[in-house]
Amino acid sequence: MVKKILGQCYIWLIMIFMYAPVMLLVIFSFTNSKIIGANQWNGFTFQLYADLWHEEELLRALGNTIIIAICAAVVSTVLGTMGAIGAFYSRRKMRKTIDSVTQIPIANAEIVMALSLTLLFVFVGQKIIGHDILGFWTLLIGHTVLAVPFVYTSVKPKLEQMDQSLYEAAIDLGCTPRQALNKVIIPEVMPGIMSGFFLSITLSLDDVVITEFTRGPGLLSEPGSIETLSTYIQSVIKRSAIPPAARALVSLIFLSVVIGVAVVTIVKSNKASKLVARKGHFHG
Amino acid sequence: MKENKSKLRGLFTFKRKDLCIPYAVFLVLFIIIPILIIVAYAFMDADGHFSFDALVSFFATPNKTNVLITSVFIAIQTTLLCLLIGYPLAYFLADKKVNKNAVLVTLFIAPMWINFVMRTWATRDLLYMLGIDGGTHPYLATSIGMVQNYLPFVILPLYTTMLKLDKSQIEAAADLGANPVQVFFKNIVPQSIPGIAAAATMTFMPTMSSYVISDVLSEYKITLFGNYIHLDFSSSLWNDGAFMAVIMLILVGLTMLISSRFEKKTEVRGGQLW
Repeated sequence: MVKKILGQCYIWLIMIFMYAPVMLLVIFSFTNSKIIGANQWNGFTFQLYADLWHEEELLRALGNTIIIAICAAVVSTVLGTMGAIGAFYSRRKMRKTIDSVTQIPIANAEIVMALSLTLLFVFVGQKIIGHDILGFWTLLIGHTVLAVPFVYTSVKPKLEQMDQSLYEAAIDLGCTPRQALNKVIIPEVMPGIMSGFFLSITLSLDDVVITEFTRGPGLLSEPGSIETLSTYIQSVIKRSAIPPAARALVSLIFLSVVIGVAVVTIVKSNKASKLVARKGHFHG
Repeated sequence: MKENKSKLRGLFTFKRKDLCIPYAVFLVLFIIIPILIIVAYAFMDADGHFSFDALVSFFATPNKTNVLITSVFIAIQTTLLCLLIGYPLAYFLADKKVNKNAVLVTLFIAPMWINFVMRTWATRDLLYMLGIDGGTHPYLATSIGMVQNYLPFVILPLYTTMLKLDKSQIEAAADLGANPVQVFFKNIVPQSIPGIAAAATMTFMPTMSSYVISDVLSEYKITLFGNYIHLDFSSSLWNDGAFMAVIMLILVGLTMLISSRFEKKTEVRGGQLW
């Protein structure tokens, strides 16, 4: 009993520690004061939410962030899934090699990866092509390097858990290898592919180091250098003048995270209760 | 002729293992080659000739070696603090008697979905309100920010390990007369070593290499290794930056080596977020 109370107190204490900063921004998104402080409360207003639609730079950064996250997630998911399936059915030596190279970016410091990619791009741009190649494509490659190992590592265990005779059965029943892949293997590993996809989006949305190193002119920031939310906030933080409307954006992001968590929870518990119902049916 | 045709067809028939070709090419082009380039740049001067300039400049500049020592220190401190806070938390979260709610675990991971720089900005404003601003307490502010940011990275692998703890072993220890403290230190902790190792590797390197947290929270008063590489990058001092990156690569290799000694075959790192 003591343990239960103690444990729950501890859990909530740490929860407060983790959420306090964001909650502060959320609270101060309902007042229009320039800076946040104990005696800066200017009265309740939705003004910042209205202002948000006029903050063009901020909205452009948001747009860029979303475009890059989706592109990088799609590319990483396709590439990583193909890699995982291919490696799984390759010879042992090949599989081991691919497995261990995949671990490099996961363990490596992000800044080392970022610098190494930039050196490659600068080298190729200056010495081989003859002009700067930093831009959307290099940024996309950067985010893919960041995300693709995680797709690979989430698909791989699903392949290992899969019933290996399913594929053989499909072939015996007249599927071509390509059909067997699409109709048997892919559906079997789908949960892994999905989690890889969402993980890629998370990593891309959150990234700042690789973005800052590998970006160039392009997307909505054209002709300027691509600004994502991370790089934009970082550059305005340096001038210490974050537009107050950004607080409204943080609150909206926070709200969508909460909704996301709620939806995932409901879907999961629905699935679980369906499973229980089905099992009960079998036994009854 | 016929033979030729079937050979040709053989070349184009679909094989499952061929699917990994694009992935393998990608790994070579964008992971292996860039690392080789970094090593090459580290031992070149600005004109592209072989030289130890970057190495000499690194070890001859006390400032740079100091930054390395500070970074390692802060990284160790953050890792230990995160483990110290995260371990009991993961333990309680995984204990059915304390927490029946899986949503709570998701809530501890959820801050990761809010943009990292925005989170750091929020932390700065809160600390500023509490009087711990970068101007007066740069070290304290940076430390708090680091722990706050990397805690989810520790909770996740620890939680997955805690779920897999062998309950019968723990009960057996208690039955054989171990008191709760002994059970904890002699059974639960040793059982969760793989999770601790994974958690430590997931915090140690990122803390060393991140420059955003220390930039924002210490108002540029604390320079970490990542800040230095970033600085060299902004001023196009490729070779010096590359040499420091090589030092980091060595550290990465070391941490991988150490953690692989502790990690069992169980997959605790990555891939288990969902």
